Amino acid sequence: MKILEKLKKSTQKIIGPVADTVSKYAKKVITPVVNLYKKLNKPTKKLIRTETVILALFAVVSVMESSGNLTSLMKGLLVPVCAYSLVAVGLNLCVGYLGELSLGHAGFMCVGAFTSALFSRTFQDVIPDVPRFIIALVLGTAVAALFGFLIAIPVLRLSGDYLAIVTLAFGEIIKNVINVLYVGKDSKGLHFSMKDQMSLNMDLDGMMLINGPQGITGTPRQSTFLIAVLLLMLALIVTHNFVHSRTGRAVMAIRDNQIAAETVGLPVTKYKLVAFTLSAAIAGVGGVLYAHNINSLTATTNNFGYNMSIMILVYVVLGGIGNFSGSVIAAVVLTMLPELLRGLSTYRMLIYSIVLIGLMLFNWAPGILKWREAHGLNATAIIGRFKKKEVQ
Amino acid sequence: MHRVYIYERELTFMGFLTYLINGLSLGSVYALIALGYTMVYGIAKMLNFAHGDVIMIGAYLVFMCMSNSGMPAVVSIVISIVCCTALGMIIEKIAYKPLRKATNLAVLITAIGVSYFLQNMALMIFGSNPVSFTSVIKWEGISLAGGNLKITGNAIVTIVTCIVIMVVLMWFVKNTKPGQAMRAVSEDKDAAILMGINVNATISLTFAIGSGLAAVAGALLCSSYPSLTPYTGSMPGIKAFTAAVFGGIGSIPGALIGGLLLGVIEIFAKAYISSQLADAIVFTVLIIVLLVKPTGILGKQIKEKV
Repeated sequence: MKILEKLKKSTQKIIGPVADTVSKYAKKVITPVVNLYKKLNKPTKKLIRTETVILALFAVVSVMESSGNLTSLMKGLLVPVCAYSLVAVGLNLCVGYLGELSLGHAGFMCVGAFTSALFSRTFQDVIPDVPRFIIALVLGTAVAALFGFLIAIPVLRLSGDYLAIVTLAFGEIIKNVINVLYVGKDSKGLHFSMKDQMSLNMDLDGMMLINGPQGITGTPRQSTFLIAVLLLMLALIVTHNFVHSRTGRAVMAIRDNQIAAETVGLPVTKYKLVAFTLSAAIAGVGGVLYAHNINSLTATTNNFGYNMSIMILVYVVLGGIGNFSGSVIAAVVLTMLPELLRGLSTYRMLIYSIVLIGLMLFNWAPGILKWREAHGLNATAIIGRFKKKEVQ
Repeated sequence: MHRVYIYERELTFMGFLTYLINGLSLGSVYALIALGYTMVYGIAKMLNFAHGDVIMIGAYLVFMCMSNSGMPAVVSIVISIVCCTALGMIIEKIAYKPLRKATNLAVLITAIGVSYFLQNMALMIFGSNPVSFTSVIKWEGISLAGGNLKITGNAIVTIVTCIVIMVVLMWFVKNTKPGQAMRAVSEDKDAAILMGINVNATISLTFAIGSGLAAVAGALLCSSYPSLTPYTGSMPGIKAFTAAVFGGIGSIPGALIGGLLLGVIEIFAKAYISSQLADAIVFTVLIIVLLVKPTGILGKQIKEKV
């Protein structure tokens, strides 16, 4: 015992001053940060919490990855999960704040993916890696935004289910056109064709960039998990700021009552266009990430067709309409779920669909909501229980 | 999507007529599917995304009865219609009825869930390999203009079936008690309840009719395009939904016109422009129509009141 106490004292002697100074400086740094945090308004606090959780998750996953605790399947999913989350955040802006159902966001993702991959592939040997990826990212986002803008001009004249079907149609058109697009590069420059490879009339040194249904092969794989997470965090900040800005409030006013908003004097079309374009641009970022994560990029029904649009919509609705962090959570959980169920082989997608139907009924059916309220199983009651524990 | 067997690509008048008949035949199938969408939308105000997969189930049932059990075509189709009707009503009861008062989006996502469920159920039972469907129509068809114009039995039966079903359905909706109840519910649900109409039964009936028609559509679709997989229903489903919107969603004659137009445009685009771009052309025409007439060809303009 004596030896132990002696040891304790001696260590305190050595560590004590160090610990004191550390805690002193830590207090100096942490207290203002905490004070600053306390001063913030509620939505900003929520944003910061979300970003911290994402960072923490990123750290955990990175440690797991470097220590080899992650299956190769999970590793392969890291970047796509972020890409889907990004598209979901973009779609949520459209569904939750603009109040219009879009079934064509996979189309914008497709545009972003193919533009950026085409750029990266064309200038693969000309521009060094880092600036090329940055330009590809900006270009992919910008072209997706441009498409969003151009499509929004006619589409936003419609509303409700008609708008949904037209966005679906646009998504399908984009996918379809890319599937017949042939682009090649040789010493004379770029060649385009909508027919086949032969009609490009390239020189012998020519190189195929987009090969019709085979798409783009050999895109440099530059989307790392770090870049994906950073972009996702950035998108969350951008959408948060947008929603809480003057423009965002105007967009919400239009969503709640367009006629009233018009009467007040809001330029309805302008605000709708801005929101839709931003939404498309974020989906484009997701596309850029997606494209630079795989070697051969093709446009099929499952990755850029209406199946994808619908999958993203499922993320948005299950995560909570208008709740950006919810979209991210839903995207992560629902992408991981079928993979975690992989051991059940053929049953996994069946279970997935049953879980989906069950969740929708549990969350939305008026009868079940009443039952939950009667048995203290509704959201506010559950959150309340947790809060009480914190106080005690 | 579809493999269309086009043997001659000459711009002859006979070729044109052949394409037109092929288009009308495909369009009739779209119209039958679109009916299911449009009736359900008119009454329950929901997009039933699982409708395309009911078609697939119907086609598989016919296939099982005919090829595995050796039953005659008519019996197989009747069995398939009965099963699909039951399936449609069960789906409505379990998945959609609890959500009747919830937001549209919640119902939409549930419908997508049901669609996944049906697809994966079929995947488990029938496997992912395409089965080759034997046509339910044994008739070779007729040959006109000295053999220059051949009309297949499939095409004739499909078009005639579609027209007969349309006429019967329009008569049913206009003149019978349940049909009038359907119209009343689609116009104003609350007022219909006050008038003593059983809304639940009416919606159930709508799903039953739509799903029964889906079984017929499935058998006809697979008779013309005989490769059947668990995903067969999804693309015609989307196209038929487009056709329903095209003609004005909620309107039965609109579904017929939309379906026929869509089928003809698709086949002509495949024949004369580009087979790969056909879908893009179909959707472009849809967008143009909706921009000129935002509620579809026969849709009613609803004025928004302040």
